[in-house]
Amino acid sequence: MTPVLVALGGAAGSILRYLTDRRVQAWRDSPFPFGTLTVNIVGSFILGFSSGWLLHGAEPSSVRSLVAMGFCGGLTTFSTFGYETVRLFLEKTRLYAVLNVLVTVVAGLTSGALGLLLATAVFA
Amino acid sequence: MPRWDVLAAIGAGGALGSLARYGLSVAIPHARGEFAVATLLTNVLGCLLIGVLMALLTTTARPHHLLRPFLGVGILGGFTTFSTFVTDTLDAATTGRLVGSSLYVAASVVLCLTAVAAGLTATRAVREGR
Repeated sequence: MTPVLVALGGAAGSILRYLTDRRVQAWRDSPFPFGTLTVNIVGSFILGFSSGWLLHGAEPSSVRSLVAMGFCGGLTTFSTFGYETVRLFLEKTRLYAVLNVLVTVVAGLTSGALGLLLATAVFA
Repeated sequence: MPRWDVLAAIGAGGALGSLARYGLSVAIPHARGEFAVATLLTNVLGCLLIGVLMALLTTTARPHHLLRPFLGVGILGGFTTFSTFVTDTLDAATTGRLVGSSLYVAASVVLCLTAVAAGLTATRAVREGR
């Protein structure tokens, strides 16, 4: 059952990543990749919460497969983050490239930690 | 509204990429807080391949409109993961491995960006050389 749930979650997360990126980029209209940043922050929060649930409560294995392994993995992306950063660097907007790495890593880790803390408060 | 065939290609690719990532995580397991080799390998490989893919797509006259959604947004987007990178880092930090977690962040960022650049450069060189 696990592979089916991973595939379903991954498909849903990937589609939502694409739709979110389109919506955010159309709204911001900036060379800075706000769309990818958004999905990576949101996905990190959800996975942080899921990890806290696993650690402190009885997270069902089906939720682990569908949401953590499938949906969060599909929603977040390292390849697009990497490609967009390299493209910013090559297009002479090097400050944006450096900012993208710093903001993504710091905001992602903060968001994941907040999810973890919330789950700890709820389940511990 | 995006076209349904684009969304279907992304969904199918995302399912396949996620299954591949899941397979690697089962094949190379790690205890909580220990260095997450599978996640790092997944992200570096996905970054190398997105470099190759984007170099191919931008040097091809009229690539099929579903290639980027299926291979790039779907398979590689679903294969690589930022959220697991975050929780692996937090697991290392909260189990007392602060140095390890910092190294993990540095290694992930440096290796992944290098992999994208290598994939782009090598593929462009091959395309221009023929």
